Amino acid sequence: MTTVVIARLTFREAGRRKILLAALLLGIVYLIIYGLGFYYVNQDVNRSEFGPGILELNQIRNFLFMAGLYVVNFLTVMMAVLTSVDTLSGEISSGTIHTLVSKPVRRWEIVFGKWIGFAGMLTLYLLLMAGGTIGLVYFISGYVAPNVLRGLGLLWMNAVLLLGVSLAGGAMLSTLANGVLVFGLFGIAFVGGWIEQIGSFIQNQTAINVGIISSLLIPSEALWKRAAFEMQSPIVSALGFSPFTSASMPSTLMVIYGLVYAILALLLAIFLFNRRDL
Amino acid sequence: MTDFPTIITQELKKEFGDKVAVADLTLEVEKGEVFGFLGPNGAGKTTAVKMLLGLIYPTSGKGEVLGAPLGDHRARDRVGFLPEHFRFHDWLTAIEFLHLHGNLYHMPGEQLNKRVPELLEMVGLEGHAQKKLGTYSKGMLQRIGLAQALLNDPVLVFLDEPTSGLDPVGRRLVRDIIRDLSDRGTTVFLNSHLLSEVEITCDRVAFIRHGEVLLTSSLQSLVEGELTVEVRARGLDQDIVAGLKHWSQNVRADGEHLTLTLTGEADIPEINHYLVENGIEVFAIRPKQLSLEDLFIQVVGTEGGL
Repeated sequence: MTTVVIARLTFREAGRRKILLAALLLGIVYLIIYGLGFYYVNQDVNRSEFGPGILELNQIRNFLFMAGLYVVNFLTVMMAVLTSVDTLSGEISSGTIHTLVSKPVRRWEIVFGKWIGFAGMLTLYLLLMAGGTIGLVYFISGYVAPNVLRGLGLLWMNAVLLLGVSLAGGAMLSTLANGVLVFGLFGIAFVGGWIEQIGSFIQNQTAINVGIISSLLIPSEALWKRAAFEMQSPIVSALGFSPFTSASMPSTLMVIYGLVYAILALLLAIFLFNRRDL
Repeated sequence: MTDFPTIITQELKKEFGDKVAVADLTLEVEKGEVFGFLGPNGAGKTTAVKMLLGLIYPTSGKGEVLGAPLGDHRARDRVGFLPEHFRFHDWLTAIEFLHLHGNLYHMPGEQLNKRVPELLEMVGLEGHAQKKLGTYSKGMLQRIGLAQALLNDPVLVFLDEPTSGLDPVGRRLVRDIIRDLSDRGTTVFLNSHLLSEVEITCDRVAFIRHGEVLLTSSLQSLVEGELTVEVRARGLDQDIVAGLKHWSQNVRADGEHLTLTLTGEADIPEINHYLVENGIEVFAIRPKQLSLEDLFIQVVGTEGGL
């Protein structure tokens, strides 16, 4: 019950602070620009004098689709971190937490309630952005990438994973330090992912290992790469390299690791908030 | 229900790193009393209250609030708390704020629909119910905070510096509410460094400094204690002064001025009678009661919490 109250409060705060509005408006702007871009590129290649075959057409469409989802993944991760980075540390430093925690509630209910609220918001955001991208591509060209549902599931996991990390950091650090921590981790995963990508392309095992270690530190880039691998067109898989998709597929074990990581991050947030003085 | 003290603590201690915030908190607060927790700024009052509410975990020692061990969330069902500085979610309106906290007290909707307007009226904010707390003045935040602390009709209320930085109207409101709570048998734990406030409202006081309770006493016995009397009279001689030893062991004479310590007011007319009968011209007899402020300085010292 308390969890529901706090989740609703989290939603209401995002609404009152115009976070929902800004996300919605910019999301719509993104979709308009993406839709226009996709429409004209699609029109152009359709009437190209080279007369591309259906395989090549779908290859281009998939490339554009993955470029869109790459941005969606990035924006969703940003939303996950930016909306939640201040939620515990901010309430602790301003003192608003005192009237909440002195009620007949357990502390985990507050953390879990916030998690539910933010995860709900991220789900809606992801549905708007990724759903909009998928829908636009389908309505304009009739193309649907393979395994989109599985891909979306992985993007969602990625978002709640970073949400958990950001809550755990906020239960222990100041808002700024927490922001530095989460974006630092995200940066490590990002650069590690690229090193692994290139390493696998030139078949350098050391580079691949560096990538794997960074994925173990925080598997956010690995989850994106798995999602991209699921949704990329078969030809790209055969070619082995593309900026938005994945050459080396992170294993299913890595996906399970990502899931466990996301759950542990939430549990760590609860544990840290539980034992700290307020 | 068994009869247990509302609050009981034994050697509660809290350290933050090497800093000792509360060194030894041992106290007992009885059901229905208004308990003043007095001390200079930084004496550990807020830390003490936070330990009692489960916001801060003690380093050592133990305690019970309403019969439950410290930190037990179930006991907080019947507890109200007004934190210092009145920092609340300022993007909520007053009504939303009270409903939120009512929900956290697990109060059903119908009960809140009745209780919230009552409280808004009690604290005089019924005209500002739809405004966001971000637009409230400090005095209004104090009022809405008080309403929040009383939502669940608590049996124990903690008020942490409820009037600091407020105008006289705000202080008056707090005083009236404390008196009202006291009349209804609610236990009030009042943290304050404002002596006049404590003097007016409290049944018992504890003095705290450097995180240690120095003295706990009922206000009545403090006020009824010894008093000093100053006398200005002409014609005093050694025999007369010696005769005053009958009422006081502590007599000082300095020209026309006499200072003596008495055990109670009842001796004053007798002393007057004695002096006049002996042909002394009495100009003034001024009893000087030991005020709470004198006592505070006596117990806590003048260096404050530094």
